[in-house]
Amino acid sequence: MNALAQTPTPEVPLLAVRDLHKSYGARIGCTDVSFDLWPGEVMGIVGESGSGKSTLLSCLAGHLTADAGQVIYDGRTTGPRDVLTLSEPERRMLNRTEWAYVHQNPRDGLRMGVSAGGNVGERLMAVGARHYGAIRSTASDWLGRVEIDANRIDDRPSAFSGGMQQRLQIARNLVTGPRLIFMDEPTGGLDVSVQARLLDLLRGLVREMGLSAIIVTHDLAVVRLLADRLMVMKSGRVIEQGLTDQVLDDPQHAYTQLLVSSVLQV
Amino acid sequence: MITIENLSKRFVLHNQGSAVIPVMEGAALHVAPGQCVGLIGSSGAGKSTLMRMIWGNYLAASGSIRVGHVDVAKAAPREIIALRRDTLGYVSQFLRVVPRVPSVEVVAEPLLQLGVDRDAALDRARTMLHRLNLPERLWSLSPTTFSGGEQQRVNIARGFIHAYPALLLDEPTASLDATNREVVLSLIEEAKARGAAIVGIFHDEAARERVCDRLIDVAAFAPKAAA
Ligand SMILES: Nc1ncnc2c1ncn2[C@@H]1O[C@H](COP(=O)(O)OP(=O)(O)OP(=O)(O)O)[C@@H](O)[C@H]1O
Ligand SMILES: Nc1ncnc2c1ncn2[C@@H]1O[C@H](COP(=O)(O)OP(=O)(O)OP(=O)(O)O)[C@@H](O)[C@H]1O
Ligand SMILES: [Mg+2]
Ligand SMILES: [Mg+2]
Repeated sequence: MNALAQTPTPEVPLLAVRDLHKSYGARIGCTDVSFDLWPGEVMGIVGESGSGKSTLLSCLAGHLTADAGQVIYDGRTTGPRDVLTLSEPERRMLNRTEWAYVHQNPRDGLRMGVSAGGNVGERLMAVGARHYGAIRSTASDWLGRVEIDANRIDDRPSAFSGGMQQRLQIARNLVTGPRLIFMDEPTGGLDVSVQARLLDLLRGLVREMGLSAIIVTHDLAVVRLLADRLMVMKSGRVIEQGLTDQVLDDPQHAYTQLLVSSVLQV
Repeated sequence: MITIENLSKRFVLHNQGSAVIPVMEGAALHVAPGQCVGLIGSSGAGKSTLMRMIWGNYLAASGSIRVGHVDVAKAAPREIIALRRDTLGYVSQFLRVVPRVPSVEVVAEPLLQLGVDRDAALDRARTMLHRLNLPERLWSLSPTTFSGGEQQRVNIARGFIHAYPALLLDEPTASLDATNREVVLSLIEEAKARGAAIVGIFHDEAARERVCDRLIDVAAFAPKAAA
């Protein structure tokens, strides 16, 4: 069921980002980034290689420390707080319970030496689950939801194809019922039909769980189908943002026009 | 239900010498509940542009576009997202879907977005597809490989599955045979009868005659200065 449709639109954004800045020495990673993400929204971030997409995502998720700005997250129990000022244990807790991060390379998001079931179960144990049978059955249920056969539960991810590894990473991330999921090129490196399955899966999960998501991708067709809103980055800055179909169909900035016109049809 | 005032639109092509293309100026339109207004005008006059501005995927340069309580010309993305979920439906000329999703789910999606129970939504989707004579063996298949007319029927089923108070229809009867054209015209008449405000583009003159209460020639909104 769609949580979004049942609760009146809340007045506080889930994530409010203000003037976020990150430099690598003299080089700008991302700068001047501000936006609001509302509950249930999926936001896409596109832009050329080196435009600062991964830097931004890492700063939001706290994998990198931003130099300046605010990232106000409306925590389930805490209410709005600037995550940049949280203590390390608080931030780690948030990452375990309310947030999820899907890496472009599944190897960065999975434990390759642990079985598929273990990869999913581990996240549950990190938030306090202790009953082995319950953990295993939840893990098995989630493998099913991402279309991994239950009889592969004891296999290690190293025995899986790239697409399966990516689906396992998604199961591992979603099993704890996060509210916000960050994804860096979740369909990168997968062939087109595998990509389509993953997209379908993500859309269903977003809708059913009322998830909010921020997705970095270079693929305009992917954002068209998955994202409600779109942000276009260039040289570390956000040069255009709006409704996804508005940005793609009526781009205002020269760079976005170039980006949209250089793909065949999206 | 839909009120447009003093609306203008121009395109700036930054990568083609920053050419400025003014396409509309001072456009105005009012559609009351239960009415269907047809947009007419020669090719390139701006019919689709006007419709896309109401939908919100084309930005207005100035003016207002009120749909219910929302001014689409000024609304934040999340307001337009909510408007599209609850109030404003759109049958576009072409269907865009996630590959691999069965047609019946494509059709049910607007109801699922509204939080309708999954079984009820799928039931309703089957009823719509049945009414539009889409062969049952196609329901579980993705529409990506369907013929033009089959895709169009999936698109129409999806656009009419929820009783949107406002509807945009871009050539809804194009590429349909006589039987299905008739079904679509009945759907439009039923939507009007329940109070939907409709803006449509119909090249099919007989269809236009039958369902439109008024016709608006968008040539009247051509920018004066550009002439
Ligand atoms: N660890 C680092 N040290 C120094 N510079 C870095 C580092 N990581 C990124 N950069 C620089 O910051 C800028 C933004 O990089 P980022 O990885 O965020 O780009 P991106 O948009 O994710 O690109 P891609 O699409 O190729 O993944 C680039 O100029 C990059 O060279
Ligand atoms: N995204 C766009 N970028 C630039 N120009 C555009 C864009 N969309 C439409 N136009 C221009 O706006 C004008 C109106 O086009 P529109 O598609 O609205 O015409 P139409 O009345 O729907 O025509 P048809 O009957 O052929 O569909 C045309 O000159 C067109 O080239
Ligand atoms: Mg990157
Ligand atoms: Mg047109």
